[in-house]
Parts: sequence; structure tokens; C-alpha cells
Amino acid sequence: MTQLTGTAQPPATGTPLLEARALTKHFPVHGAGHGAAGTGRRGLRGARRRLSRGGPDGGAVVHAVESVSLTLAEAQITAVVGESGSGKSTLARLLARLIRPTSGELLVNGSPVRATRRGGQSYARLVQLVLQDPFSSLNPVHDVRYHLARPLQVHGLREAGTSMDDAINALLERVALTPASQFLHKYPHELSGGQRQRVAIARALAVQPRVLLADEPVSMLDVSIRLGVLNLLGDLRERERLAILYITHDIASARYLADTIMVMYAGQVVESGPAEVVTDRPEHPYTQLLLSAAPDPGHAGPSGRPALGGRGSPPSLVTPPTGCRFHPRCPHAMAICADAAPPGFGVADDHQSACWLHASDLDAVQAAPIAGQQTSQAIDQAPRMGEETR
Amino acid sequence: MSAEAGRSSLLTGQPLLEVSGLCVDYGVGPGTVHAVVGADLVLHHGEVLGLAGESGSGKSTLAYAITRLLRAPGMIIGGSVAYRPRPGSTVDLLAADEGALRVLRWSQISVVLQSAMNALNPVMSIGTQLTDVLHAHNPSMSKAERRARAASLLDMVGISDDRLGSHPHELSGGMRQRVMIAMALALEPQVVIMDEPTTALDVVTQREILEELMDLRERLGFAVLFITHDLSLLLEIADSIAVMYAGRLVERAAAAALFRAPRHPYTLGLLSSFPALHGPRQRLTGIPGSPPDLRQLPGGCVFHPRCPYVMARCRTDAPPLLLPAGAGDRELTGGRLAACWLQDGSSAVPPELAKPAPGGVSPAATSAVATPVARSQS
Repeated sequence: MTQLTGTAQPPATGTPLLEARALTKHFPVHGAGHGAAGTGRRGLRGARRRLSRGGPDGGAVVHAVESVSLTLAEAQITAVVGESGSGKSTLARLLARLIRPTSGELLVNGSPVRATRRGGQSYARLVQLVLQDPFSSLNPVHDVRYHLARPLQVHGLREAGTSMDDAINALLERVALTPASQFLHKYPHELSGGQRQRVAIARALAVQPRVLLADEPVSMLDVSIRLGVLNLLGDLRERERLAILYITHDIASARYLADTIMVMYAGQVVESGPAEVVTDRPEHPYTQLLLSAAPDPGHAGPSGRPALGGRGSPPSLVTPPTGCRFHPRCPHAMAICADAAPPGFGVADDHQSACWLHASDLDAVQAAPIAGQQTSQAIDQAPRMGEETR
Repeated sequence: MSAEAGRSSLLTGQPLLEVSGLCVDYGVGPGTVHAVVGADLVLHHGEVLGLAGESGSGKSTLAYAITRLLRAPGMIIGGSVAYRPRPGSTVDLLAADEGALRVLRWSQISVVLQSAMNALNPVMSIGTQLTDVLHAHNPSMSKAERRARAASLLDMVGISDDRLGSHPHELSGGMRQRVMIAMALALEPQVVIMDEPTTALDVVTQREILEELMDLRERLGFAVLFITHDLSLLLEIADSIAVMYAGRLVERAAAAALFRAPRHPYTLGLLSSFPALHGPRQRLTGIPGSPPDLRQLPGGCVFHPRCPYVMARCRTDAPPLLLPAGAGDRELTGGRLAACWLQDGSSAVPPELAKPAPGGVSPAATSAVATPVARSQS
């Protein structure tokens, strides 16, 4: 299990607003063929029993997020990068408290979050989530004004002496939808994708949150308008000192926007560190693989591009590989990788990588390359993507 | 990534598919949407031609029109598409009747559709779907031969043949896409049209499939029309690239020339919309505004409301797709064209749109494209 603990986490120059400690989420698996839970029981009752049994006491589970710790600090953007199925959206849902963690805890301003209903509402005032698809996250039968008025009404946030329209106009201006009057009475279908995502961001901003969780906010948008939304997130960080979690599969955009990058693979954080360091000098073989696969026209000259650092696809999370979850795909896999999960090794200031290649005290048996895979190399001989640029 | 070595065909460089003045409308009457207007394209033997554009730019419509797969209310209202499989033999695809098209489709021109996830039949095994096409086009093949061919096709795209009995839901997204590619190549077509073939896939799978595709292209020598919104991807795999905006082709050039020396402000804007993986981080500007509504297109140049270089003329007259003024011989041969009034020779061209094409002074990498504004640190 990775041990990316609070102390070695992303540099928190601002005040830590939201902290997650060892968040773990296992989803129970239903249906035949998975574990003992399904045997012979049919119907709702059986399903309920199976649901309650999902977890350590027998039923099969999807290990969606495994012991992830992170700190979101004021005026900092943290990017979570990973392929589909890496658990990054589950992490966002855990942080938004849309789902309960199997274990682990959330701390707001240093104190644990309690699970009361009122606690839920005050938590929502602090932490807001922006979803991937602005085509489905807005209600098609309501106009922009309604979408932005609701959070203000629900949380009773309209300041005395200001009209609702003034408050909404101010919100639209914060997301650069001006003149506001032009958008107030539009319905979602009358807006472009970029405008819709801005409305979704404005809705999240309505409650004056301190933390914004953005789950793939630009992946559904056209290329030419993505930057506008990314830059808006950057501006909100600067202007309103929001702590932002930016979830993406696009490592180049994470490098562009974020201060810190966390790379997730199969539910675990495999590498974290300052954005430019992680992309220029990736230490974990999975990060190296991601970078070797990303389109990079500036560097695909006549000499070609770097060879893909590994093949295959992510593992099943119902029965994840033993040891390091990346070892079946890893070109440097050693015997120990199949036996024990690597802890997070600090490779530089604020830069951690959960890979046995960083361990200095492995014996010959542990360091023996796994048959059928490439010979292992010490990490300092392993290919580093950023190298050719300097 | 040029591939001269693998293309042994004598026809390499000869036009294979020539599209000229193609116009496609959706609907009739006052509400007509002009989805493609006057498209000119040439796909050469063995070439990978990239077609880049945002959603609604007409790139898929253009592909469907070329293959005559367009459904009502889409209508081809003008232009021509000439298919030249051999010297001296030309088929007018727009005039061909259903019988002629039936012979050509798949065996000569095949299509890999946008969502491979949905393009496969969920209730048939992939073996059945692969042998079905062989049976339809080669009735003389025996069942065993078809089976063997299907197995070798799967093997070609890196799937073991014990998967022949699998149904689509048993395969991962990447494998389904590979099956689609294997099916498209089943009859060894000359042209493969790929409409966003890797868009829904993870970046590692996407890279694997593209590498396989490029290998197959080298070996089999087919030409590819590759449609995507991801210009950065095209820059790596395509020989030449055409950029579409609001139904019009706005620029066409060899891939390297387009990347190093764009001539159209929209291309320049697209190129500066991709954050780089290397070099200093700098604030990128992208393109202001959003793509126009095809029902209410602006007058003159369709890009003028978003163009930072807009001139009076742009608001009234639509620029034709022409060879940019000052283009060298290299660009003449590269088929460089741009639809922009800045490039007609009558006005001074901003330096970022007049960079020398590759081969001359070596321009800097990605960073040169971006507008250098210092990123403010908090």
C-alpha cells in the first residue's frame, strides 16, 4: 500500500483547506461469479444482504481508490492525472462527500468532518464539484438564472440589500460571461459547450466555496475553447485564492495549469510532485509511460518519438495484481514488485514516487527481473522523458 | 513521419481520391445548413491525410459525402469526387449508382466509424462479423478460408485468434477499436477513412493503435483519411493536413509546414491551444469566442469574428483557398493553400503567419507558436 502521507505531500504554500488521509473506497460487486456473496440468493433481499456484505467480510469488491492522501491548499491547483478507471473520479466524489469512504478521513481546516446532515450542507458551502459534461450537468428545462439562483436560495446566501439579479450578474461576471443580461434567460441548449461549463462553474462559485473540485472540466469541450476554461480556473485561483483539484487524463494540460501533479494508477497514487518536475523528470515507470504516449508534436522530429514505455492496459480492480499494481506492465519489474507494494519514496523535495527502483537496499533475489519482462535497470539509467529537452 | 521506404508502389504520390468543390447541405429552404462548402482535397496513394476541425466544422460530413454514406436530410449539392485506383481509370463517386458503390465500398474504400464501441454488432461474435464481410465480397471463399483469413486479420492488429468467438462486450475499448480496424482492412482497400478512431480511448491505448496503424500502412500501402479534432495527434501521424472551420477548408499543407509555419490565423490559434509537454510554462491564449452557429454564419470570412487580425475586407468578402503569396517552391509542391486575405500579397503579413516553411531557417519548437506572456506565480 502506498504511503504517501501528509508530511511528504504536495507543497502546501497556502493554508491547507481540505485534507484527505488514507482515503479508500471499495465498491461491492454484484452478480454471479464474484466471491461468495451471490450464492443461491436471489431478489431484493439477497441483493441487500450482498450489499451489506460487500467488503472485508467476504464479498468481492472493486478496489477503486486505495489509501490516497492529499492536501488542497489555498490558491493552489493540484492535478490528478490518470487513465480511465484509475479512480480519479471516485476520488473527486469522495472529496465532495457524494459517496462515503470505506476508510480514511477528511479534514477541513485541520478538524475532521462529521457526517451529520447539517454538516453536509456546511461542507457543500466549502467544497464544490464541477462535473465533466456540461451537456448533462445543467437542467435542460431551466434557464441560467434558475441554475444560479438555486444555490443562493438553498444556502440563504443573498446579502441583504442586494437583489437576486445583482448577485447572479456578479456571478456571471466572475466566469467572464458578459454582458450578463445576455445570458440570464438562456437555456442550456442555447449555449455553447464552453459557455455551459462556465455556467456550471458559476453555479459552483455561488456558495463562495474555498475548494473547487473540477472533474475533467474541459474534456468535452472543443479544442479552441478549452484554454478559455482552463485559464478561467487559473484566474480563480489567483483572484479568489481558491484551492482547486483539477482531474484530467491530459498530462499536458495538468502541466500547464497545476502547481502539483499526482499521478494515479489503478486506484493508487504512484507519483506526486511539482508539476514541471513530474513532467520533465518523471520517476515512476507509469508516469514515464504516460508521457511517452502523449502527443507531443514539438518533439516528434525525423528522429521519431520516444518508444512507448510499456504496453497493455490497466488491471482489473476486483482482483488487482499483488504487490505493485503496475508490475504486470512495467518494463523494469523485479521479483519484489510482485510480492510487496512499494511505499512512497521521496526522490526530491516534495517529489515522491512509489516504485521499488528507488529502494537502495534490495538484495539480489528481490531485484531479480521478472521472467518474460525486460531487464531491470537502476532508476538513474531508466529513460527520463524530459532529458532530451535540456 | 514520412514513410517513403515502405511505399514501394509506383503510384506513390499520384492522386488517388480527388475532391473538388464539394458542397453538402442539411435540409432545404430557408433553414438550410451549409455543412460543407466548396471543399477541395487530394488524397495521394499511400498518404495519410489528416482532416482537423472542431465539432460542427463539417469534417465527418465531408467523409460521409465522399463515401456516399450521407443520410437525409444531408444532401450533396455540388462538386465532384474522383477515385483513381489505377492510371487511366477514374470512377466518379458522386455519379456512381448503388451497384457500383457496393462493389467499391469496403473492397476499395473502407471506413472506420467514430464510436467503434457501437459500430460492432453486440449479438454477433467478432469472428462472425469478420467472416461476414469476406463472405459478402468473396463468395468463392470456403468457410475454412474465411475463418483463417479472419484469424490472420485479428493477428495483424495484435489480437490472438482465440478471440474470434468473443462478443464485443467481452473486449476492451482498445480491442474493439482494433477489431474495427481489422474489419476495415479485411478486403485490402486502397483508401481507409477513419473518423475519430481513437477519441474515446486512453492515451496509452491510443498510441499503441496509432503505431500499429502506421506499421500496417507501411506494409499494406493503403492511404488514410484521418479525421480528428486533435491537431497535435495529426501533426505526428499525417503526411499532410487540411484544417476545416465552419464547413470550409481554411488551410492545407504538409504536416511539418503546417506546424512550423501556419498561414491561417485559425490554424495558428489551434496550435497555440495545446499546452506543451516541454519548455517553460507560459500562458496560452487559445482562440477567443466559440465556433459559429452554422445556421447564422457571419458574412465574409467565417472566422472573422474570432480573428485577431481581422481587416475591413474580411467582414464583407469570403477569402478563396489560394497559394499564399510569397510561398516558395517547397510549398508549391507541398500543396500549401490558405484561405485568408492576409495571404493574398496585398497587405503586410504578421511575422507569426509568415514564418519560413521547414527546410529554411529552423524555427523553434512549440514555444515559438505560443504567445509568450510570463505566467504569474502566486
